Amino acid sequence: MFDLSDKIALVTGATGGIGFAVAENLHRQGAHVVLSGTRQMVLEEKAAMLGDRVSIVFCNLGDKDSVKSLPKTVEASIGAPVDILINNAGITRDQMLVRMKDEDWDQVISINLTSCFLLSRSLIRSMIRKRWGRIISISSIVGTTGNPGQTNYAAAKAGLVGFSKALAAEVASRGITVNVIAPGLIATAMTDALPYEQKEKLLENVPARRLGTTDDIAASVLYLASEEAGYVTGATIHVNGGMAML
Amino acid sequence: MIDVSQRVKRIVVEHLGVDEAKVTEDASFIDDLGADSLDTVELVMAFEEEFSCEIPDDAAEKILNVKDAIDFIKSQGG
Repeated sequence: MFDLSDKIALVTGATGGIGFAVAENLHRQGAHVVLSGTRQMVLEEKAAMLGDRVSIVFCNLGDKDSVKSLPKTVEASIGAPVDILINNAGITRDQMLVRMKDEDWDQVISINLTSCFLLSRSLIRSMIRKRWGRIISISSIVGTTGNPGQTNYAAAKAGLVGFSKALAAEVASRGITVNVIAPGLIATAMTDALPYEQKEKLLENVPARRLGTTDDIAASVLYLASEEAGYVTGATIHVNGGMAML
Repeated sequence: MIDVSQRVKRIVVEHLGVDEAKVTEDASFIDDLGADSLDTVELVMAFEEEFSCEIPDDAAEKILNVKDAIDFIKSQGG
């Protein structure tokens, strides 16, 4: 099941916890993975961990020109267009709205939402031509539930859901699916930094009584990327241990 | 060498799977030939490949029938 041989998958934010777990899982199923990120050294390390069928590309998703040229760079280096796009990269600039600066808002919208629009637009033509494609965006539970201090982040993450539904309707007849994964609390470097008491407190709201793992997210991405999920489109899969049952 | 008009018509026939007789110069892709809006995007992509030219989006939006396509391609020296 979930054989991805001969598929090319581009993962943004591939040096992060979730991004690399996604890349690893796609790679294990036979895909050629392209790791995109902003830390060249880490990109090289991660690529070495995967071995063959891997490329790296440096890209700052906050820079429009850089984002626009990304698909062409990838196609030129591999010789074939991207089949599977994983919009994973994301940043936070948390602040209560009253104190939120214009640039806190702009940067989060630009990297977490606008880059997904730009990448999808660049890649959609070749997917239409092939009559096959997968666009999977990593949203967040807060895009649905909201969270104080994250008006910018929640807006961008909710934006991904609306974007994906509209695009899913546009291209469904061409064998292209567009879906969203909305993680809840996932164990990453970010949550590792939290004090024990605070973690326990957070888990009180999680029926599964544990943080999610990056592999929990990657498994859902893998499913959506597969041939088998070809009839699933415009969907959001909530992977949150029951924290919010939506 | 078949002319631009025949090449355009052939692409339309192949892509939309319509009867050649229906593909007249002023047949609208959407209203007369049953294309959806994504089909028109794909037709433009197919014209670009066939004639090795680039059709910018603002020009593409105005290509609504066979004649529009032929006129644009000819204007590019196609």
